[in-house]
Amino acid sequence: MPGWRGVREEVTHGKEATGSPAMPTPLNLDAAIVRILHPIRPAALLALLVGCAPEPAGTVINVYKSEENFFDEVVARCNRDAAGRYTIVVQSLPRDADGQREQLVRRMAARDASMDVVGLDVTWTPEFAEAGWILEWTGEDRAAAERDQLAGPLQTTIWDSRLYAVPANTNVQLLWYRSDLLPAPPATWEEMLAMAEALEARGAPHVIAFTGAQYEGLVVGFNTILASFGGSLVSDDGRTATVDERTVQALALLQRFATSRAASASLSNSRETEVQAEMENGFAAFELNWPYVYAAMRANNPAMAENLAFAAYPSVLPGEPARVTVGGLNYAISAFSRYPEQARDAALCLANRENQKHLAINAGIPPTLTSLYDDPELRAAFPMADIVREQLRNASSRPRTPFYQNVSAVVAAALSPPAAIRPEETARELRRTVQDALDSRGILP
Amino acid sequence: MSPSEPSPAPAASGPAGAARREDRTLGLLLCAPAFLVMSAVAGFPILYAVWLSLHRADLRAPDDFAFIGLDNYATVLSSPIWWNAFAVTLLIAVVSTAVELVLGMALAIVMHSTTVARGLIRTAVLVPYAIVTIVAAFAWRFAWTQHTGWLAGSAAPLTDPASAIVIIILSEVWKTTPFMALLLLAGLATVPVDLLRAAEIDGASAWQRFRWVILPMMKPVILVALLFRLIDAFRIFDNIFVLTNGANGTASVSIVAYNNLIRGLNLGIGSTMSVLICLSIALLTWGVVASFGIGGDSGRRGAG
Repeated sequence: MPGWRGVREEVTHGKEATGSPAMPTPLNLDAAIVRILHPIRPAALLALLVGCAPEPAGTVINVYKSEENFFDEVVARCNRDAAGRYTIVVQSLPRDADGQREQLVRRMAARDASMDVVGLDVTWTPEFAEAGWILEWTGEDRAAAERDQLAGPLQTTIWDSRLYAVPANTNVQLLWYRSDLLPAPPATWEEMLAMAEALEARGAPHVIAFTGAQYEGLVVGFNTILASFGGSLVSDDGRTATVDERTVQALALLQRFATSRAASASLSNSRETEVQAEMENGFAAFELNWPYVYAAMRANNPAMAENLAFAAYPSVLPGEPARVTVGGLNYAISAFSRYPEQARDAALCLANRENQKHLAINAGIPPTLTSLYDDPELRAAFPMADIVREQLRNASSRPRTPFYQNVSAVVAAALSPPAAIRPEETARELRRTVQDALDSRGILP
Repeated sequence: MSPSEPSPAPAASGPAGAARREDRTLGLLLCAPAFLVMSAVAGFPILYAVWLSLHRADLRAPDDFAFIGLDNYATVLSSPIWWNAFAVTLLIAVVSTAVELVLGMALAIVMHSTTVARGLIRTAVLVPYAIVTIVAAFAWRFAWTQHTGWLAGSAAPLTDPASAIVIIILSEVWKTTPFMALLLLAGLATVPVDLLRAAEIDGASAWQRFRWVILPMMKPVILVALLFRLIDAFRIFDNIFVLTNGANGTASVSIVAYNNLIRGLNLGIGSTMSVLICLSIALLTWGVVASFGIGGDSGRRGAG
């Protein structure tokens, strides 16, 4: 009998899922006891069972990434293809980017050897690369990671002209609107604000749902508006704050929207989920959000999904398309992984054509592979394909610097609440605080 | 301890003195393991934080590690972000503690004087305190969310600094009044019934008995309860983290420290803030104790 000591060890293994090759196969009794003791950690338990039940001494590749719908099939497929070379176990991170990064950097700073593949938001590559936390991809591996990739997403995996990850998905926000309320989508913010006013006048839902809470989503929205004016927050080399006349223009537009009747009362507390809910509950006529809302609405409110139409993100200069901020996920290999070879294969598998297609069709997540955008099956289930590809062509990226988190924090604080922006003054504040953030001076809000 | 102890015989002479010395040594030896463990788990981190606070230590620029004296303190103490958070924290701590003291006293008296369904009432009062703070905070947040929350209606009170802070204070009060009530109830139980009877016979009204008999008798308990709650309230984190995440100027010092230490990975600045929070709490505690006039003092006067 293994006794209590044995049980405790198994619990530890389950939580950390270190997956050492020497990990003993526990008795089924152990698993049963663990199940009783730890009913609140189904993920850990699953990891334990997956790690122990079928394969005897295989290599476990731990993938740290946010929870994602329809991802289990992806993992199952890769594990089948690996044919015993390794077994992928997903360690779920929170859904919000800040929460993911907190857990990742904490483990990375502690040189956690149980991490093999890490799912990185596109903005983290410089920080993780500069800290020496992720491995560079070279030779064959680099070629495999770059094959068929769209230029925009691929760019986010590169820092200092070295490749550090394979793109898994990309993302651009679109304009979602109610086709039963509006015959045609607005092309510019001006038009959108006017339409919202007209809708309000006739007592119809009129809110423009926008991620205005003090967090990354606000920075994404502002970056899009700023880039559409032709401006940027930080110079290309990531060393100096570039705040100028265009920043003032972008601030003025954001402030005008926030103080208009088109803004929801909870604008300054709205994140993606609140924005999505405002549309699904019938309060919003417009929604600026990622394409996942399409699949989500079909699941949550099929009746309204009939009237959910999409269009290109509204521009700020008539005749010029908006320059939408690129989002998305890349897979990097932890520098502390004990199985970098297998981890790289696993990352390539998770991000391969078949799996990107599966996630695009089922979860509405835009793929990064050029050829997929012409795949008829995908186009049927993912009607946004053309607009997404078009927007990616004119996309803008968020500041590329190892200190991005600092920049994001001070920008979000300066813009929050959006209704209190005073364009000239806020621009001056941004110039000072963004430069401080780049130099890691001062304190974060 | 020992110097103030009234010693029956002049120390260190004869076999009794030797035995006592031996006892002392044994006592110290028995304490030693606990002392070592405490200095390892509590002392070391505190000293390490102080040491880090004197350095430039940013995990994003690990090569820049350098001793910079009190620069971090100057950076933090000259920042409006810090002082805004400090003011918010102090406001929340003082207001919520004051409200809790009044409500807690009322609840304690109810619990103390109730004769029917005692257990049920005490249990009911304690329910909010038994709920995990994060869960309670989420309940408050959902209740105050526009459209979906039952308290919010079509307004969005969590987006306005003033109403957000009021909600934060309300949820703090709701959550910890039972704790206050419990401490005060213990104090109420120590007030001798004879004293109250005597006051009643002397013609003191209920209010007079409360003001001039119960309150003075409970002074030490009230002091302890106040200190516990002030220290706790000054470190407020989870409630704000869930309700507003520090947006719109509602961040407490703990939230700001967390943002710099855990999100920003700036160990130097983060440690500086932790040290400052610790110092603030020490000052606050000292202030409360001093303004209360310590129990021993009034006790001596009472006896004399």
